[in-house]
Amino acid sequence: MTTEPYGRLQDMKGDVIMAEKIDARGLSCPQPVINARKKMKEVGSGTIEVLVDTTTSRDNVTRMATKEGWAVDAKEEGEEIRLVLKK
Amino acid sequence: MESIVRFFGSKKGIFAVGLFIGVFAALLQKWGNPPNMGICVACFERDIAGALGLHRAGVVQYIRPEIIGFVIGALISALIFKEFKARVGSTPIVRFMLGFFAMIGALVFLGCPWRALLRLCGGDGNAILGLLGLAAGVAIGVSFLKSGYNLGRNQKTYKFVGWIMPLIMVGLLALLIAAPELPSGALFFSKKGPGAMHAPLIISLIIGIVIGFLAQRSRFCTMGAVRDVILMKDFHLMTGILGLLIGAFVVNIILGQFHPGFVGQAVAHNNHIWNFGGMLLAGLAFALAGGCPGRQLFLSGEGDADSAIFVVGMIAGAAFAHNFAMASSPKGVGLWGPGAVIVGVIFCIVIGFSMREKI
Repeated sequence: MTTEPYGRLQDMKGDVIMAEKIDARGLSCPQPVINARKKMKEVGSGTIEVLVDTTTSRDNVTRMATKEGWAVDAKEEGEEIRLVLKK
Repeated sequence: MESIVRFFGSKKGIFAVGLFIGVFAALLQKWGNPPNMGICVACFERDIAGALGLHRAGVVQYIRPEIIGFVIGALISALIFKEFKARVGSTPIVRFMLGFFAMIGALVFLGCPWRALLRLCGGDGNAILGLLGLAAGVAIGVSFLKSGYNLGRNQKTYKFVGWIMPLIMVGLLALLIAAPELPSGALFFSKKGPGAMHAPLIISLIIGIVIGFLAQRSRFCTMGAVRDVILMKDFHLMTGILGLLIGAFVVNIILGQFHPGFVGQAVAHNNHIWNFGGMLLAGLAFALAGGCPGRQLFLSGEGDADSAIFVVGMIAGAAFAHNFAMASSPKGVGLWGPGAVIVGVIFCIVIGFSMREKI
């Protein structure tokens, strides 16, 4: 899986994966976790992309998602961190 | 480096940090800090307000090096681990007012959540009412969070903005060391009472710095601990609280600092309603602001200028609390204390309802 320059997820064949997106940049704790959790409950399974900008938000979202049984892949992109949650 | 990050992110890590805080808070009391007040963020910020002459309560005036250390320690940790990030702009005036009312609530109870825990470990039964109030306040805050309340986004800003709070702390340290005597009478240092009781400067400062460092790494937060349990049954931060309780309790027993009871407790009153009510207001304000007073200091050390505003709000709140008879004393609640708590709770509820967005 890779990320296009303009941020859409692609699988290995280059097909764009439809992902739910949450922009949690600039939101302080626990907002990113609340927003991500709401979306996880809404969709049940699939792929969710969460954009955060602090390591605290990264750690908190990762901890919560892992606990809920989602796989989390974190990728630093400059000042931002893109979290891809899958279930 | 990687393994350090992993350790402090783990339950073991945050437990160890809580344990360290509990042990050294109890020891700071042994080394000179007031009873059941080895560390109290609210009380210590109030003492700083007094030392600067922002209030006239002569028994609670001292520039507490622990507070300075918390910010500097968090700054050092954030710089080493590349987490320093200057940010600001998430409704600063609301954060100021939340800090203001949080302090008033804390001073009606006589302590921040850290001190509530330390009071419990010293045998002060009144702390139970305070902690129940804290949990109730946080629970109300969580219901707002669930219904879409948030303070809005912050923005990345110029690096120097993030340095302002640490620099203010350096300035306070310089004042403490130089201790100038000015025509106004400043600096004001208590001759008696809790303000006159303090561990040696260097010890307080070093312990403060180490705690600031550890807490920044582990994200230790007392309000967050309660919030995460209520919000999503996550006990990660609560493990840190458990460490604090065990550490302080064991050291208090060893040092003979454990005196169980409700009456005649040190720097405390036993008005159950307002012990509960004061901390309810504080807990609600902390929840709406996203962190307990300790956590706000640590965040201000890693560049969060909104948290710095919350801290300034707390210091202003302390000045008002003592100048306007809102702070309690061992004799009981202040004349305007209960009224101020009611006004504060109304303010927080209005904020909670009016700052909601659809999520």
